[in-house]
Amino acid sequence: MTIWTVATALLSHWRRRPLQLGALMLGLALATALWSGVQAVNAEARASYARAAAALDQNGLAHLVSPHGRSIPRAAFVRLRRAGWNVSPVLEGEYRFGATRLRVIGIEPLTMPAETQTVDLRNAGDLLSFISPPGTLVVSPDTAEKIRGKTDLALRVSDRMPDGAAFVDIGLAERLLRRDGELTRIVIAENQRPGLEPLGTLAPALSVREPSAQSDVEHLTESFHLNLTAFGFLAFAVGLFIVYSTIGLAFEQRRPTFRTLRCLGVSLSALAVLLLAELVLFALAAAAAGVIIGYLIASLLLPGVAATLEGLYGASVPGTLSLRPEWWLSGFAIAVAGTLVSSTQSLLRLMRVPLLTAAQPQTWGRASQTGRRFQVLAAAALLGLSGALILWADGLQAGFGVLGCLLLGASLLLPAVLSGFLTLMQRASSGALVTWFWADARQQLPGLSLALMALLLALAANVGVGTMVSSFRLTFVGWLDQRLAAELYVAARNEPEADRLRAWLATKVESVLPISSVDVEIRGQPMQIFGVVDDPTYREHWPLIVGLPDVWDRVASGEGVLVNEQFWRRERLRIGDQLDLASDWKSTVVGVYSDYGNPKGQVIAGINALTSRYPEVSRLRYGLRVQPDQVPDLRSSLSDEFGLPPDNIVDQAALKEQSRRIFDRTFLVTGALNIFTLGVAALAMFSSLLTLSEMRLPQLAPVWAMGVTRRDLALLEVLRTLVLWLATFFTALPLGLALAWVLLAVVNVEAFGWRLPMHIFPYEWVRLGLVALAAAVVSIFIPLRRLAGLAPSELLKVFANER
Amino acid sequence: MKSYICDIVVNLAAMVIALRNLSKSYETAEGRLEVLRGINLDLGAGDSVALTGESGSGKSTLLHLVAGLDRPDAGEIVIGGRDISKLDDRGRAAYRRTEVGLVFQQFNLIPSLDVAANIAFHAKLAGRHDPAWENELVERLGVGTLLTRYPEQLSSGQQQRVAIGRTLAARPGLVLADEPTGNLDEANGDAVLDLMLSLSKGTGSTLLMVTHSQRLADRLDRQVHLRSGKIE
Repeated sequence: MTIWTVATALLSHWRRRPLQLGALMLGLALATALWSGVQAVNAEARASYARAAAALDQNGLAHLVSPHGRSIPRAAFVRLRRAGWNVSPVLEGEYRFGATRLRVIGIEPLTMPAETQTVDLRNAGDLLSFISPPGTLVVSPDTAEKIRGKTDLALRVSDRMPDGAAFVDIGLAERLLRRDGELTRIVIAENQRPGLEPLGTLAPALSVREPSAQSDVEHLTESFHLNLTAFGFLAFAVGLFIVYSTIGLAFEQRRPTFRTLRCLGVSLSALAVLLLAELVLFALAAAAAGVIIGYLIASLLLPGVAATLEGLYGASVPGTLSLRPEWWLSGFAIAVAGTLVSSTQSLLRLMRVPLLTAAQPQTWGRASQTGRRFQVLAAAALLGLSGALILWADGLQAGFGVLGCLLLGASLLLPAVLSGFLTLMQRASSGALVTWFWADARQQLPGLSLALMALLLALAANVGVGTMVSSFRLTFVGWLDQRLAAELYVAARNEPEADRLRAWLATKVESVLPISSVDVEIRGQPMQIFGVVDDPTYREHWPLIVGLPDVWDRVASGEGVLVNEQFWRRERLRIGDQLDLASDWKSTVVGVYSDYGNPKGQVIAGINALTSRYPEVSRLRYGLRVQPDQVPDLRSSLSDEFGLPPDNIVDQAALKEQSRRIFDRTFLVTGALNIFTLGVAALAMFSSLLTLSEMRLPQLAPVWAMGVTRRDLALLEVLRTLVLWLATFFTALPLGLALAWVLLAVVNVEAFGWRLPMHIFPYEWVRLGLVALAAAVVSIFIPLRRLAGLAPSELLKVFANER
Repeated sequence: MKSYICDIVVNLAAMVIALRNLSKSYETAEGRLEVLRGINLDLGAGDSVALTGESGSGKSTLLHLVAGLDRPDAGEIVIGGRDISKLDDRGRAAYRRTEVGLVFQQFNLIPSLDVAANIAFHAKLAGRHDPAWENELVERLGVGTLLTRYPEQLSSGQQQRVAIGRTLAARPGLVLADEPTGNLDEANGDAVLDLMLSLSKGTGSTLLMVTHSQRLADRLDRQVHLRSGKIE
C-alpha cells in the first residue's frame, strides 16, 4: 500500500505533463520500431537463405566435388556405390524456360539421403511420375506461375521449394542440360558402414567439401545485412537521444518530489527501485507499440529488400513477413536495454546528489566545463581512430569501424563547433537584440545538442548514402551504355534452333556476338567463364579498368583472359598473373573490367579457348550488331522466321531500361531508411524544442519586459531554430561526403568488390536542405504557437512575487 | 568636478503619472478574483513612492499595469500625458523599451549575457547607449570587476546591482521596482536601496517601489498603502 502511494506520487508527474510522456513513449517506440523492423527483415532473409541452402545445396551434408568446378564422371559415383558408400549424385545447371532462367537440380531420389529430401516422393505414384519420362519439374508456386505454358514437362508445386529453382530427376537434368553422364557433385550421407575403403583412394581426383553452416548467398549478403543493421542501429541511437533527453529532464523536474518523499521516510533504494520499475513499465509499453510499428515497417521494407537482394546478389527472398517470436522478444529486450542505458546517468545522479540540493530544471542539460572538454577529447580520439583505421586496417568490419568512429566523433564535436560559431557571431554583432540572439542561441545549445547531434547523424547519413547511390547510378548508367553495346539480344530455344539462327544471321547483321558461359570453380570460388569472339565491339566499348595495350588480341588468340574487378580485388591479382581455369587450362590475366551488380567473379576468355575446353557449352544467346534503324525490321524478321516469342528478342533500350529499373528498385530500401532516420531526428528536435519551450519563460520574460513584443520574440525563436538547423546542415555536408567516400572507397570494395568514382550532387543537397527546413518548421510549430499565444499573465508569473 | 549625472539630469523629462479608477481581476480556480478596485493615484515628476500592503493586496499587479506589462479591466493609466492602457501590444512594448525601467525581486538578468552586456542591454534597445554613462554607473555600483562574469556567477547582491545598472543605463523617466531588496539580507538591501535612490534622484526619474518593509518605505518621499485592492 505504501509502495503504491509513493508510486502514485511519482507517476503524477506524467499525468501533468502528457506531452513529455508522449515524447518519451514515441521516442522509445520509434527507436524500437526501426531496430526491430530491420532485425525482422534480416531474420526473414537469413531464414530464407538457410531454407534455400538446406533445400537446394543439401549444405548440411558433406559433398564430393571436382577441385576446378568441372563435372564429375558418372563412373566415379558408380565406383563409390559399388564400394559400399552411401552417396547420391547431383547434376545442376541453368536452363531457360522461355525468358525465365531456372537453376535445375537433378537428383536421384532413391539414393538421396532422407534428411535432405526436399521433394516428398513417399507416395509410389509421385515417385514414378518423377522418374518416368517425360519427367516432372518440382517448383515453388511463384516459379510455377512464371513457367506455366512454356514447357511440356509436368509441373508439381511444392511450398518447400525456393523460387528460381526446379528439382528434376537426374536423367531429365542430363537431357535438359545436355550433360549426359556428368555430375556436379556427390552428396555423402551421414550414416556410412564401417570399414569402407577411403574416399581418397576411390576418387582421388575429387575433394570433400565439408558441411557449411553458412551458405554462399548468406556469405555474399553478409555486408548488405550489416549495412541494414548499421542503419537500424543509427535510427535506434537517434531515437534513444529523445529518451535520454526526456528522462533527464523528468528526473530534474521531479527532484523536489524525490526530496519530499525522502524526507517522509522513503529510502533511497526504494525510490530507485520504484523509478526503475516505472521506466521498465514504460519501456515495455513502448516496446509493444514499437514492435508493432516495426512489423509494419518491415512489411513495407521487405519487398524493397527482396528486390535489392535479387538485384545485387541474385538471392531470392519472399516479399512477405512471418511473425517470429525471437524478434518480438528481441524488440522488447532492446527497448528495455535502451531505456536503462538512457536513464543510467539520471539514476546515478539521483543516488549521488545530496538530499537537500535544489532542483535546477532551467539549467538542466547544460554540460559542465569538464564534460564539454571530455566530449571534445573523446571526439578527437574517435576521429583519430577513424583515420588510423583507414590507413592501417582492412576488411568490412574495419570499414564499419571507420564509419562508426567518424559519425560518433563528428556528432560529439558538433556542440563545440556550433558553440564556437555562435560565439564568433555574438562577438561580431553590435545591436542589443542581435547580440542577445546569438548569446541566447549559445545558451540553448546544451539543451538542444542531443537533438542536433541526432540531426547531424541523420543528415550526414542522407548526404553520404545519397552521394553513394547517385555516384553508383551515374557510373552504372555510363557503364551500361558501354557494356550493352549490341543493338539486339536474341535467345534461341534449343541448340538446333541456335545453329539455324547463326546461319541465318550471318548475312543479316554486321556481327553476331555469342553469349556463352560456363559455371566453374576457380580458387575455391564459384565463377563464370564467358567466351567472346574477336570483334571491334569489345575493343571499342568494353569498360576496362586496366589492361595491356594488345589485350583483345591476346584474349582472341587464347593467350590471356580478362577478369572482373571484384575477382581482381578479392584475389589481389596483378596483370601477368597466371590463373588456373581448369585442370588443363592455365591462362594469363591481361586486363580487368568493371562488372557492377554481379556478386560472382567472372572471367572472359576467347570463345575458341572456352569451347575447346567445354564443348557442351550452351550457345543459345547472342548479341547482334546492326544499324539502330534496322532493329525493328530485324526484330520482326526474327519473329516471322523462327517464331521466337517476344521475351526471346530484347532490344538494347529495353534491356537498359530494365537494368535501370532494377537498379532503382535495389536502392528503394536505402531511401526509405533515410527518410525514417530523418523523421526520427525531426522528432528528436521537436521533443527538445517542446521541452525547452517549457523552460524558456524566465529567459524571454525580461526581454519582453524591456520592450520586445511577443511577436518579435516568437520570430526570433524561429530564426534561432533555423540558424541551428542550418549550421548543423552545413556541418553535415562535409561529414556526409566523408561518409560517402568511406562507403565508396572502403565499404563497397569490401562488400561488393568494386570501387566507384565519387561524384558530387549539389542539387540533392538543396533538396535535402529543403526537406530538413520543412522538418525544422514543423518541429518548431507547436512550441512557437505556445509562445506566440502566451498571455501576458503567464509571462508576468516570472516576475510576480504575489498578486 | 561636476558629476556626469548632473549633466544629463537637465535632459530628462521625469514622468507625471495619473491613475484613474483602475481595476483589474483574474480568473482563478475559485472564480473571479478582484485584485484592484478603483485605484486613483497621482505621482509627480521625480517623486519616490513606496507601495506597501499585505500579500495579495494588489501591489505587484498595480506595478505591472503601470509598467505596461498588463492591461487594466477598466480605468486609465496616464503617463506623460498618454493613456498607456489604450496602447496596443506594440505600443506598450515601445513604451517599456523607451520610458520605463524595471527592477525585480528575482533580478531577472539575461543569463546568456555577461554583466557588461546586461548593463548595456536595455539602453541599446532604447537607443540610448552611452558608454561613458554606463562606465560611471558601473563605478557607482561597484561592479567594475564583474563585467565579464555571467549572472549565475554572481551573488544575489551583485545581481541586484547589475539589474539596477541595467535599468538606469537606459535613463528611463519612470523606474518601477518590485521588492528589489526582497532577496537580499539587510545590509545588502540597504546598500542597494541607497544606490537606487541616489541614482534615480540624480537622473530625475520618478520611482515607484513595491515593498513589504516599513523601514525601507520610510526612506521614500511618499507611501501608498493598499488593502484588498484599494488605496487606504
